[in-house]
Amino acid sequence: MTVYNIYIFNCDGQCIYYWQWERSGDSNVSQVEEFKLMYGMIFSIKSLINRLSPIDVDNQFGSFATNKNRLHFYETQSKLKFILNTDLQADTGKVHEILKEIYTGYYVQYVVKNPFCDIKGVSIESSLFTKKLNCFISSLSIA
Amino acid sequence: MTILALYVINRAGSLIFDHDFSPSNMGVEVTFTYPFEIILKEEPNGLVVSFGCRDGIKIGHVLVSINGVPVSGCHMSDGGDVREFLSRPENYPVSVRFSKLKPNVNERIMLSSMFNTIYHMASQLSPEKKSTGIQEMETSAFTLHCLQTLSGLKFIYLSEPKTQGVDVLLKKTYELYVDFALKNPFYNLEMPVRCELFDKNLMLLIEQSEKVISGNF
Repeated sequence: MTVYNIYIFNCDGQCIYYWQWERSGDSNVSQVEEFKLMYGMIFSIKSLINRLSPIDVDNQFGSFATNKNRLHFYETQSKLKFILNTDLQADTGKVHEILKEIYTGYYVQYVVKNPFCDIKGVSIESSLFTKKLNCFISSLSIA
Repeated sequence: MTILALYVINRAGSLIFDHDFSPSNMGVEVTFTYPFEIILKEEPNGLVVSFGCRDGIKIGHVLVSINGVPVSGCHMSDGGDVREFLSRPENYPVSVRFSKLKPNVNERIMLSSMFNTIYHMASQLSPEKKSTGIQEMETSAFTLHCLQTLSGLKFIYLSEPKTQGVDVLLKKTYELYVDFALKNPFYNLEMPVRCELFDKNLMLLIEQSEKVISGNF
């Protein structure tokens, strides 16, 4: 499984964390613009699927696939959004568990519980979080 | 394991064909005793549940029928007001059906151009070069499959989650479009598809595919 990049958005729609492992494509816009575009896309998708759904009113967005990659989405109760891009071989159920693990095992452990980290801030400035997350993701890539 | 809807979007992002395959008896029917504890709010598309979720009735559902008789907006078939009917104890027990309201024509046109935009955003934001837009999308209630043809036309199927074989169905639908819409001398390119033969063959295709899909399980 190849993991391309991760975005974490806070409840206000600000990108508080971005990290890329492998990325060949470029979105042709600055990084700040790209974060805005990504949040805008997720926001639109959520609104679209709720209105498009012929069955149910509350409907959770899980993932979407293009011909090259799959974007996985996980939203916590506190409206924190985790977005992970992987290759197409990744199993959606498994990646959903991985995103939950990133939230409970890494974000909560190394950002929320970190007294030097301001969770209300505009970005996560914790080298420990990055280091631990890198270890976790690289262990996934081998498997 | 069923197909729920088909949308066809042209190159410019406007809707040229759509069909809803989902059964009309969807939703939940609940028998109530007096007093009626669900709070309904009047909205342009009918009476919407605003408080009192129970037995599968959710906020946002619309009241569609009372005792099996369809309701239009806030009025019963005999012209009486629904809320007045529900406030009288002698009418109980009453069985009321609630369902999610399907998007109307204007909304469907808006949603398809919205999808067109999202499709292009997805291709721009992809971490790999030369990526297409959304080909498949999974949500908790349905799965969306999209086929973009070389000419930029998009075929979109909504199906129940984990339905197999939608990719084949998309290609066959494209064939039908070519055979019965494009080759129709009265059909104008990029305009809404109103071809009887296309409709007829599409229904046949969906019927067949449902047999195949359910046969696999």
